[in-house]
Amino acid sequence: MINRPARWLDRRLGIAGFARRGLDHIFPDHWSFMLGEIAMASFAVLVMTGVYLAMFFNSSSAEVTYHGPYKALDGVKMSAAYFSTLNLSFSVPAGLLIRQIHHWAALVFIGAVLAHLFRVFFTAAYRSPREINWVIGVTLLVLAMAAGFVGYSLPDDLLSGTGLRIAYSIVLSIPIVGPRLAFVIFGGPVPSAVMIPRMYGLHVFVLPGLIVLLLGVHLAIVWRQTHTNYPGPGRSNRRIVGSRLWPTYSMKILGLFCLVFAALAALGGLVQANPIWIYGPYDPAAALPGAQPDWYLGWAEGALRLFPAFNLRIGHYLVPEVFFPGILFPLLLFGGLYLYPFVEPWFTQDRDEHHILKLPYEQPKRTALASAGIMMLLVLLLAGSGDVLAVLTHGSVIAIRTLFQILFFAAPVLTAAVVYWLCRRVQRRRGREHARAAAAGPVPSDGGGGN
Amino acid sequence: MADEKPLADQEERRQNLGMVLTMLAFAVSIAGAIGFLYVYWTNHDNGLMGASAAVALAGMGVGLVVWTHFLMRHEEAAAERPVLPSSPELREAFVEDFVAGQDQIGRRQVLGWATTGTLVVLGAGGLSLLRSLFGASPETVLKAPVWRRGDRLVTPEGRPVSVETLEPGSTITVFPEGRVGFVPGQTVLIRVQADLLRLPPERRQWAPQGNVAFSRLCTHAGCPVALYEATRHLLLCPCHQSTFNVLTGAQPTSGPAARALPQLPLYVDAHNHLRAAGDFTEPPGPGFWSLPS
Repeated sequence: MINRPARWLDRRLGIAGFARRGLDHIFPDHWSFMLGEIAMASFAVLVMTGVYLAMFFNSSSAEVTYHGPYKALDGVKMSAAYFSTLNLSFSVPAGLLIRQIHHWAALVFIGAVLAHLFRVFFTAAYRSPREINWVIGVTLLVLAMAAGFVGYSLPDDLLSGTGLRIAYSIVLSIPIVGPRLAFVIFGGPVPSAVMIPRMYGLHVFVLPGLIVLLLGVHLAIVWRQTHTNYPGPGRSNRRIVGSRLWPTYSMKILGLFCLVFAALAALGGLVQANPIWIYGPYDPAAALPGAQPDWYLGWAEGALRLFPAFNLRIGHYLVPEVFFPGILFPLLLFGGLYLYPFVEPWFTQDRDEHHILKLPYEQPKRTALASAGIMMLLVLLLAGSGDVLAVLTHGSVIAIRTLFQILFFAAPVLTAAVVYWLCRRVQRRRGREHARAAAAGPVPSDGGGGN
Repeated sequence: MADEKPLADQEERRQNLGMVLTMLAFAVSIAGAIGFLYVYWTNHDNGLMGASAAVALAGMGVGLVVWTHFLMRHEEAAAERPVLPSSPELREAFVEDFVAGQDQIGRRQVLGWATTGTLVVLGAGGLSLLRSLFGASPETVLKAPVWRRGDRLVTPEGRPVSVETLEPGSTITVFPEGRVGFVPGQTVLIRVQADLLRLPPERRQWAPQGNVAFSRLCTHAGCPVALYEATRHLLLCPCHQSTFNVLTGAQPTSGPAARALPQLPLYVDAHNHLRAAGDFTEPPGPGFWSLPS
């Protein structure tokens, strides 16, 4: 069956040798290696559902009056963008399903990218020779969050409009270039007539284009460098153990794709995501108490809420308060992430090529550092819902904010200490087990290797 | 050797089991897909469509996984990893060829200068397109006057507001007359007991009979400061929970906002209507680099 097309192609491209080596390419099996694959599967679902949605969405800010099956908004004036999103949700068969799958896929995509990043960190996979792919991966995370936020802004509902206004205020706060930059991005103070078309252009061309490009490079580099292995029999810096691309790995990845798609379809059908008809159309004079961004920007929202009322006057000029939590803090955070694999060797003096992963307990310092980072993001995420927590606990907003301000510093330090201690404990126990086993008699070699 | 036969039997049973399970999973998938088609062509209920699509896709996914697990040979494959760095000779040869090409390009220095010049001019042309993206000058737009002296305060429905419209302790959103909905012009008018006010001396005349007006855009991130807590005379921003004390001229009292809400000076005209006695004390909304202090 494959014979004829293969001959046809090979006569023109001469790729049989390359393709055959490709079939034998080895990918290791481990559940933690599936996190990146889940991200890829979600991204594929995002592209498919996104193209479908683009057939119905209208990015215009022109004012229209709604008449349609959703009676609560009958006769209400709104933008054409919001109108088309309502229409998509209530009048297009399966429109709401596809819209909700798209939204859920975005939430899962970013979650999977983040989990993948932590897996890479906890196993020290970013070490030489994989620094380039670490940098590309962090960029993909930034692009994914940006694409998510911009997509969330498109329906022009009350929540998305509020989010855009906050984003505009943050860009506006940058010293010297802020106002110009904010006007370039949003076309003037939010709300502006061109902001939805601008966000649309970013959401359907620029950001997904960059993601596809970088994802391609990311995979090409994994292919060229081969995947890392966990330590184990037969695995070493020179030898990789796993499944062949054809047929085992291909079957597995197809199965995984179907399962991820199934989970997203179930979420999209059964669990409501972003019910824009409840929020209503964007009205610059209205605000929604208890409003929060999607989870992946919760840390930024928390930072905006926790940072104290401080701004900087430099002569006649002003650095507004949102600059510090909204621009400087993310710059430090992502700057740190970008530079980490290049800075770490100054301390470890380890610049060797590594293909065998470390287990988290084998490297207490790294594990403690990453755990502290996760804890800091969790504190910020919770602080981003401080007002909701205050309502739930009948507490005071101010007291809860103060608590989170303390936790922002205390919780990561405490976490690092506890995690470090736990890692050392496991290390000592493993050490004793090894000693006992060695005393009991010769053990079968584990293939040497390692690093 | 005696185990050979049962082992083969075992393998065959395993293969048969795998066949049955895979077929079963695919049957579930077909049932899900038919369910999806049925719902789509009848009532297109969102939940049922999602659930049936999920069943169809999960059946397919489970089928593939079971197939791989039961019916395909399990062997760990191993291979040599490629040696990444090329040989020093190869690298040197590359550098040599590259530099040779560079020499060919760069033999005439005058052309180098010409290229740079051309690129600079071309780049300037391309960058100037950004000008279209931001339209008006941010400086002008952000510092544009909002209220003019004499503008009447009107409700969102366009009705003028008199000095007695509000009871002490109540609040209303107002706009400059003729510009209802104008975003920077949204203003919160509050009436408090006049003797409670502790405004700075130069603002004493701005609050006739306890009517005080402030920009309704938070100075922190530009959300509407939509909530008023009358007992403590606090304006509260629902986005990041900054609070502003109305009695002291909307100075921030808690939360992340660092600057007071700009105040709108008021006076009462001959018809007892409230009018602006000038513009806001500062451009309204979030701060920026050249915001005057």
